[in-house]
Amino acid sequence: MMRLADKLRTQQELERLQAKYIGTGHPDTTSWEWKTNINRDTYSSIVGHPPLLSYIALASNEPVTKVRAEMIRKMIQPAGPPPAREEDTIMGGHQS
Amino acid sequence: MATTSNMFLYSLTIQPPTTISQALLGQFSGTKEQQIITASGSRLTLLQPDPRQGKVNTILSQDVFGIIRAIASFRLAGSHKDYIILATDSGRIAIIEYLPKTNRFNRIHLETFGKSGVRRVVPGQYLAADPKGRACLIASLEKNKLVYVLNRNAQAELTISSPLEAHKPGVLVLSLVALDVGYANPVFAALELDYTEADQDPTGQAGQEPEAQLVYYELDLGLNHVVRKWSDAVDPTSSLLFQVPGGSDGPSGVLVCGEENVTYRHSNQEAFRVPIPRRRGPTEDPQRKRTIVSGVMHKLKGSAGAFFFLLQTEDGDLFKVTLDMVEDDNGNPTGEVKRLKIKYFDTIPIATSLCILKSGFLFVASEFGNHSLYQFEKLGDDDEELEFSSEEFPTDSRAAYNPVYFQPRPLENLTLVESIDSMNPQIDCKVANLTGEDAPQIYSVCGNGARSSFRMLKHGLEVSEIVASELPGTPAAVWTTKLTKYDEYDAYIVLSFTNATLVLSIGETVEEVSDSGFLTTVPTLAVQQLGEEGLIQVHPKGIRHIVQGRVNEWPAPQHRSIVAAATNENQVVIALSSGEIVYFEMDADGSLAEYDEKKEMSGTVTSLSLGRVPEGLRRSSFLAVGCDDCTVRILSLDPESTLEMKSIQALTAAPASLSIMSMEDSFGGTTLYLHIGLHSGVYLRTVLDEVTGELTDTRQKFLGPKPTKLFQVSVQGRPCVLALNSRPWLGYTDPITKGFVMTPLSYVDLEYGWNFSSEQCLEGMVGIHANFLRIFTIEKLGDNMIQKSIPLTYTPKRLVKHPEQPYFYTIEADNNTLPPELRAQLLAQSNTNGDAAILPPEEFGYPKARNRWASCINIVDPVSDEPSVLNRVDLDNNEAAVSAAVVSFASQDGESFLIVGTGKDMILSPRQFSEGYIHVYRFHDDGRDLEFIHKTKIEEPPMALIPFQGRLLAGIGKTLRIYDLGLKQLLRKAQAEIAPQLIVSLQTQGNRIVVGDVQQGITYAVYKPESNKLLAWADDTINRWTTCTAMVDYESVAGGDKFGNVWILRAPERASQESDEPGSEIQLVHAKSYLHGAPNRTALMAHFYTQDLPTSITKTNLVVGGQDVLLWSGIQGTVGVLIPFVSREDVDFFQSLESHMRAEDPPLAGRDHLIYRGYYVPVKGVIDGDLCERFVLLANDKKQMIAGELDRSVREIERKISDIRTRSAF
Repeated sequence: MMRLADKLRTQQELERLQAKYIGTGHPDTTSWEWKTNINRDTYSSIVGHPPLLSYIALASNEPVTKVRAEMIRKMIQPAGPPPAREEDTIMGGHQS
Repeated sequence: MATTSNMFLYSLTIQPPTTISQALLGQFSGTKEQQIITASGSRLTLLQPDPRQGKVNTILSQDVFGIIRAIASFRLAGSHKDYIILATDSGRIAIIEYLPKTNRFNRIHLETFGKSGVRRVVPGQYLAADPKGRACLIASLEKNKLVYVLNRNAQAELTISSPLEAHKPGVLVLSLVALDVGYANPVFAALELDYTEADQDPTGQAGQEPEAQLVYYELDLGLNHVVRKWSDAVDPTSSLLFQVPGGSDGPSGVLVCGEENVTYRHSNQEAFRVPIPRRRGPTEDPQRKRTIVSGVMHKLKGSAGAFFFLLQTEDGDLFKVTLDMVEDDNGNPTGEVKRLKIKYFDTIPIATSLCILKSGFLFVASEFGNHSLYQFEKLGDDDEELEFSSEEFPTDSRAAYNPVYFQPRPLENLTLVESIDSMNPQIDCKVANLTGEDAPQIYSVCGNGARSSFRMLKHGLEVSEIVASELPGTPAAVWTTKLTKYDEYDAYIVLSFTNATLVLSIGETVEEVSDSGFLTTVPTLAVQQLGEEGLIQVHPKGIRHIVQGRVNEWPAPQHRSIVAAATNENQVVIALSSGEIVYFEMDADGSLAEYDEKKEMSGTVTSLSLGRVPEGLRRSSFLAVGCDDCTVRILSLDPESTLEMKSIQALTAAPASLSIMSMEDSFGGTTLYLHIGLHSGVYLRTVLDEVTGELTDTRQKFLGPKPTKLFQVSVQGRPCVLALNSRPWLGYTDPITKGFVMTPLSYVDLEYGWNFSSEQCLEGMVGIHANFLRIFTIEKLGDNMIQKSIPLTYTPKRLVKHPEQPYFYTIEADNNTLPPELRAQLLAQSNTNGDAAILPPEEFGYPKARNRWASCINIVDPVSDEPSVLNRVDLDNNEAAVSAAVVSFASQDGESFLIVGTGKDMILSPRQFSEGYIHVYRFHDDGRDLEFIHKTKIEEPPMALIPFQGRLLAGIGKTLRIYDLGLKQLLRKAQAEIAPQLIVSLQTQGNRIVVGDVQQGITYAVYKPESNKLLAWADDTINRWTTCTAMVDYESVAGGDKFGNVWILRAPERASQESDEPGSEIQLVHAKSYLHGAPNRTALMAHFYTQDLPTSITKTNLVVGGQDVLLWSGIQGTVGVLIPFVSREDVDFFQSLESHMRAEDPPLAGRDHLIYRGYYVPVKGVIDGDLCERFVLLANDKKQMIAGELDRSVREIERKISDIRTRSAF
């Protein structure tokens, strides 16, 4: 019984962490989720480090402010759209 | 672990970053004076604009050892002082104040809210403070927002609440401002993007068209919680918000800036939208839309609604944006917005922050290049510029409208007052000694676009010369003197020649004086204004005392002459050729009284010094005597013990000059020092105990090969020591750090120097250089690097030097820029109407064109009288230079050629190109000109080129290739795939090649001449996004990476030996690859996080007789050095000092220093000198405590800190 309670607690703890720290993985993390998360982390890190942002701005000959906004916009969908879920494809098939 | 490393380096910043990521205006001292606080990299700097002189002075600069991400200021109601909030990577919010009395920043509050580091969901990216100083909001890029309530308690101290959360998952913030709502509940406005929908939509449509929301967060002060009060969709391209004045000043709300539009939004108002005018001009693309990149709101004093915005586009054009309000029957504004108007104002460099000062100045913190201070001539109120109003444009962002245009023109409303040197961005850097001085100079390329520059950086103080007049002969010495004690300025200049003395009067014109009473037929040894109105002339045969025209002569004893003299306002001491010392003191009646007893010295006296009479006393109580037996003695001048010896110090050479003077010290008081200049050129500074006369704590510096002469001068009211050697030096107390520094003057070498003060020149110096009399001043202490700048054409990429001649070659390229040939073509086409004047690109930038490159090679001559660009070679065909090297080809009898690698049709991200080329240029006219020989087409742009054994080694993508020079093109000699991704840097020694990969760090390769093979034999354990490398020795390589680390790697010894054994290629070819890499791994020797992104690193020597150091340059303009430790003892000392400093002087923003320096990889083998140097600034009790722990005296610690810097760097 103790074991089960422990397991439950671990599970709850994990869920809490996942809610608090975006990107905390779980056993069913898909490749798309992982990629999206890593890319978002990367872009936010570039935005947060001024020298890195200058480096990119300088190479592309754009103002830093513009590059920053561009990086944040890229965070919306950095690794393409999510893979279609099975029920979605069935639905989609019906519609088309 | 750091303790086990056997290589230790001391990291020092010799030039702090000059970028400004944010600048804020405020009254930080609590007085009416406006000051500017700037965040540059990890430094917080307080600037004081001086409206009278039109200058900006630095008051205080402090490294917070953390990345400053945002700063905000606020003022509590009823207070006059602005506080500063710092949002850094510490996971904490810090509130600090400036203490003008002690000139320090003081932390008032430090509240922890999250993990440290720059993370997606840890607040710190955005910061906004309520204009009434009641709350602040700190937000992360995604999801988290925290509101802190600021208040004051009964003791009128600032209090901060626990944070209130306003989190929303799946939301990205683009911009955040506080709304001006008067005294209603504080509201913050955020421009947000929601990605939750995009994450759910497999069709990708939601991700394609994200909707931007303007969201209001209200802090309910009564209920103490934050609510999402209002949100509305805005133009999806929006990226920036500006606060609109509210309360009694205006309608409140925000300006939302997006692609080609500025929209006024507020929860209870209509939207008003104006387009951003496009530039008109023959070379401008009429379809290109502009966005706002920065701006400022300014409230004018007087009526409500009197405010305006200056918004800047990416071209640098400033637009004045104003709001009209509906007026009631009495003509007063009602707070309801009627229209929004926009018009062209002026064009200035692109700014990160703009600050409008009350005194009518505009401080522009440039994104790249020099910062500047402008003065407002007018506010663009009544000019002929077209104004566009929101009434003519739809509010819907999707609705069609006609774009509007304006004609850019030179400055009309602003005038440039001062340009503040900034090396940001610094792209490449070389150290060389081209001017033939004893210390080398730093040459670097900085800036971007048409504002890029080549800069020469030299250690020294700027000197401004006032007069240089030729004299009839070559004098040996010069003095200036007042006539009476009460004179404000000097009246005479006295020159001593080998057998004569010349007295000149200082006035409107400089004339010879005949009735001075001075003996002009002998040389002079000393001149002094004595007592109330006496003058003293010491010459070899006696002392002349002139009082009101009467002359008293004290003759030297027979067969003896005076060899040295020292004087002050009350005392005279002379040394006779027999070694006797005669002491005189002024009587109450103003006559000189000889002290009966003479002191005999063991050797010949070479120099004497008395020091000035301390204020309120009758005499200086010490006399320093230097003798040719290499000693200096301190004699007492107290009446009870006159000429008694107090102490003696042995020296390494005979003293040539002595000077007793008291100077400011780091303890906050003054200390009496004895400065000693030796015949060997060494300068010593010793503390002279004011009671016992003991000499302690000697510091030394080698100034040059000649005997060092010392003079007491005064600069900015501080006593300084002028030391003359092969060049002049000034020793002074740094105004900010209070440390003693010895800095060369950027001036001719002087034979003799003295203080000079006249009506025209209050605080100057007079010096002798050959047969010239020179009068000069030093205006700025503290800034000890002199910059000279030469403008370049485009953004520089690399810098290479001619192998023999003092010329540099820069390769430059600008992306998305119209190349000159197309520019000329467009201009020719449009010239039918013939009115379009070409605007200077330095201010207006080059016309843009997508995916076009403008690129060139410039030949720079930095050392001629007029440093300039000698010649320019433009690249055509949409090619852009990416790498360069000077290679001497063995097949051409060692003739050197300039090799430039280019790429055609390059697109940066994701990396694309059509072809790469290697151009070969021949040097002509000793390198002053280039002749194009041929170019060789290759598969990729070569990112790295170096000379290698009389041939060219090129890194082309993953391939390393050796080329020889052919008649028609370069000839491939050997090649191998060495790097995993893209070779960006190459270094070589012998047959060894060190390859730096863009992502995967360092690979060691070897060239086997017998079999003509290139083979990799060792590589890196972790990914390093290498930007630059330099070989430290045959086994080790130092480098920097894109994340701001500097590191040193070493190849395993055995593998290193094996790789060089003849015939080892068979083993290397068949060696088993280890974990999908080369057979061996490099070991990490040192690792250090610098915050700035290193762009170049070199092993060099910076001072005369100094050891080799590693000098690195950072993109933000930082220049740093890593000094190797020689002894283990020093390492232990500095290691424990560093750990004490971490505990006793924790970083201002609350970042843990050790974790900060080990940002990505734990810091290894490097001691942070910048932290150690803060020891001098600690309070005395803390210094004592640390000194006690380290079992040393405070002075000893300070000496060690200053020694390690002066021995190897500036």
